[in-house]
Amino acid sequence: MKWSGQRLPRLEDPALLRGEGSFTADIAIGARCVRFVRSPYASGRIVSIKPPPDMPAGTLLVTGRDVAQLGAIRPTLARFNYAAIGQPVLPLERVHFVGQAIAAVVAATPELAEDLADLVMVDIDPEAAVVDLDAAIAPGAPVLHAESPGNVLVEGKLRQPACDEAFAGATHIEELGLRSRRQNATPMEARGGCASFDRATGRVRLTASCQMPHMLRTGIATVLDMPEADLQVIAPDVGGGFGQKMALFPEYPLLVWLARRHRGSFAWIEDRNENLIASAHSRDQRHVIRGAFDADGTLRALDVDILSNVGAFSCYPITCGVEPLMALAEYPGPYKVPAYAARARGITTNTCPMAPYRGVSRPIITFGIERLMERAAQALGVDPIALRRRNLVSSFPYRTATGMTLDAASYIEAMDLAAAAADLPGFRERQAVARRAGRYLGIGFSVFNERTGYGTPAFAARSMGIVPGYEVVDIAMTPAGEVEARIGASPHGQGLRTTLAQLIADRLGMAPAQVRIVHGDTDRTPYGWGSFASRGMVIAGGACQIAADKLAERLRQAAAVVLQASAETIVLRDGQAFAGDASVPIAELARLAHQRSDIFGTPDGEGRFNLAETASYDPGGTFSNACHVAEVEVDAETGHVRIERYVVVEDAGRLINPMIADGQVHGGVAQGIASALFEEIIYAEDGNILTGSLADYLPPTAAEIPVIEIIHLETISDASITGAKGLGEGGSIGAPAAIANAISDALAPFGVDITELPATPARIRALLRGREPRA
Amino acid sequence: MNTRHITLNVNGTDHAIEVEPRRTLADTLRDQCGLTGTHLGCEHGVCGACTIIVDDAPVRACLMFGVQAEGRLIRTVEGLADGQTLSPLQQSFWDNHGLQCGFCTPGFLMLATWLLERETMIDEAELRHVLSSNLCRCTGYQNILKAVREAAKGLGKWTESAPA
Repeated sequence: MKWSGQRLPRLEDPALLRGEGSFTADIAIGARCVRFVRSPYASGRIVSIKPPPDMPAGTLLVTGRDVAQLGAIRPTLARFNYAAIGQPVLPLERVHFVGQAIAAVVAATPELAEDLADLVMVDIDPEAAVVDLDAAIAPGAPVLHAESPGNVLVEGKLRQPACDEAFAGATHIEELGLRSRRQNATPMEARGGCASFDRATGRVRLTASCQMPHMLRTGIATVLDMPEADLQVIAPDVGGGFGQKMALFPEYPLLVWLARRHRGSFAWIEDRNENLIASAHSRDQRHVIRGAFDADGTLRALDVDILSNVGAFSCYPITCGVEPLMALAEYPGPYKVPAYAARARGITTNTCPMAPYRGVSRPIITFGIERLMERAAQALGVDPIALRRRNLVSSFPYRTATGMTLDAASYIEAMDLAAAAADLPGFRERQAVARRAGRYLGIGFSVFNERTGYGTPAFAARSMGIVPGYEVVDIAMTPAGEVEARIGASPHGQGLRTTLAQLIADRLGMAPAQVRIVHGDTDRTPYGWGSFASRGMVIAGGACQIAADKLAERLRQAAAVVLQASAETIVLRDGQAFAGDASVPIAELARLAHQRSDIFGTPDGEGRFNLAETASYDPGGTFSNACHVAEVEVDAETGHVRIERYVVVEDAGRLINPMIADGQVHGGVAQGIASALFEEIIYAEDGNILTGSLADYLPPTAAEIPVIEIIHLETISDASITGAKGLGEGGSIGAPAAIANAISDALAPFGVDITELPATPARIRALLRGREPRA
Repeated sequence: MNTRHITLNVNGTDHAIEVEPRRTLADTLRDQCGLTGTHLGCEHGVCGACTIIVDDAPVRACLMFGVQAEGRLIRTVEGLADGQTLSPLQQSFWDNHGLQCGFCTPGFLMLATWLLERETMIDEAELRHVLSSNLCRCTGYQNILKAVREAAKGLGKWTESAPA
């Protein structure tokens, strides 16, 4: 039987269901506890940081003075318009945001460490702070970093010559200003690390809740100027990441420094307040979009201006270019844009640094372009579905305005299927009836593509100093016949232990239960990048497939000797190697290859029947696509939005495990709904954060998330050797636009639409105040 | 350090431990009893990852002190399976992909175990109402709801909502 395509229950689950998973905090028990003292000011000069008068024996206070010799965290982009600012592990002179770690206290218990941290005497001279992106680029704004006097850390610009001409000749120009408020990825497990010094070897093992263990090791070794080989990083069970746990945070090098300096074990387990104020934020952007349309709705040109509030520092290794530059490169999405102009700026402010969060800029650019399509359709009197159909890319490959290649996809098919599933005519009737009764129903569409599975070429195009992208897999068979595949990627909930086992099992004619995927340990896995950017199934999957094919070839050669047949005739299936009717168990081949290698005698002494192979994969990337449809009811009295129906037509190519694929869509959509309606990190003007608990920052519960209906299409593209496209981020990309369009449709009688997210009851009420519905 | 000697009965086993009176039950279970299946997601009673059952009621273990649990019957995720055999609810979570990263899972399992042990029948509205006590960031709740629904059906506890 073929394992790929099966809804196989996950190999990961039994331990997690028994409560026997191994998360960072579980491993940290017994280590000395680290508590960070965090800046209460958004901006200021450090006068002094002094220990409380009665520091008990066995406790420590570490300040910027103690680690002044350490390097800064300084990610780079090889661009002239990027200011490579550095973030100190602990600051010596200035603080830049509320929550920035300014000292660390070490004690035997977390309670004592917390008590002492509260008693540390911090003297900071506050300075003027700026938290809003518009204020930060206004003349006379406080300057955060001397390297960047205008507070613009990164800027990208492009203007195709045909753009001005297209706008000059347009029948209709639609212009739209958009605002997306700040969010926190909010993994259920906050950050944490435990660094342990091994006196026998002089090495440190850092167990950390992270998405990129190899990169974390490189980053820490760089900052501490220590041999990278003396550091082992382990990502154990990781309780969600969603991009937030990609970055090198200052807390981690400090833990490793403590372990080396004091030859012991030091653990920091972040609490929720720290995570909300001091980990990483995302999605704080303002856009202005202009589209030039013909009378029939054909889009002739697009001109966008993107401002992204990137916070106080630049995230390592991806840099603060990740949001603005992705928005610039991918704004046109699945649409034909003959002429394109864009300017994107990353603005530094006295706020928590920005890092990637599921979808990165695409939830916002999809919100932008899908609102643009709806508005243009309304202005031109064209059906919005027809207007989209006219502009969607339909012949592949298609080269975009920014030089990306759109591979085979189903943009129009997905939209048409979604429109049919949504029963648009039926909805319009219900909507009309409801309106007469003073109830406001709306429907919203969102068509988008999702760039996934991109390797080094895509990251190199961003001019990153550190270029991620490839994945390496070391595969080997044990003498007992199990397969071990060691991957550089590092899953944390995506189920790669199961799906990669399914892929490998098919290539070797074995069962997935015989395949062990080893990940999340820099000592046991080849250098690789991690699980982010919807890349695991495409890149780690592709590398596993190549590695398994190489191993299969070795097994066929061994079987050819044992069965006295030619290797080309050997078939691997059901745990056996067959030559016609004759067969030998694969486990027996494994035993012979290891323990009776003499029978495979190689005169040159090469030992070529060793059952181990290495493979790598570094694709250019592919594009998944989807169409989301949201049906909502808006209470005009309260501004409350209820999602009545949610449909996703998703095309992620070949599905290796449809159950896991559906789970990714579900989770993404829920986060997208959160972006659309609920979650917002709010700063007061002085830079204090007003949403520092889960009572103020509001991830949705089972009461807010509707049933999510999913229809799959499977366009097979040659851009991915497994046929799988990534789909980890799509749900979160499509949902904000679909919901914003649905609310706008519902509120059309009031002559208002949604241009700011999240569309909270307060924002909706502000739009409706003083307005009466048109009949 | 001011500590007290207490005995906690967890999953039928007595744990004689020294604990600071201010230590939460969640930290006590994890650090003193070695039961790390109870996870801490917020420590302020919102996320529900630390949900356990104390004397037949679901409790946020982060909002109770360890010393308050003396003399009471405490149940945690480690007590759900019977040896190698998962409970019907755990099995349903496995069959229905009711978990991804697995961090919130123990809390949902304990909350739903309590729900399924009640005498009353469960319908969709009640299921959503009870499960909205806890947060999950990975699943969008779809397969958690499905897993509990299917387990309730298997136990004869499910009823379709009464027509309005």
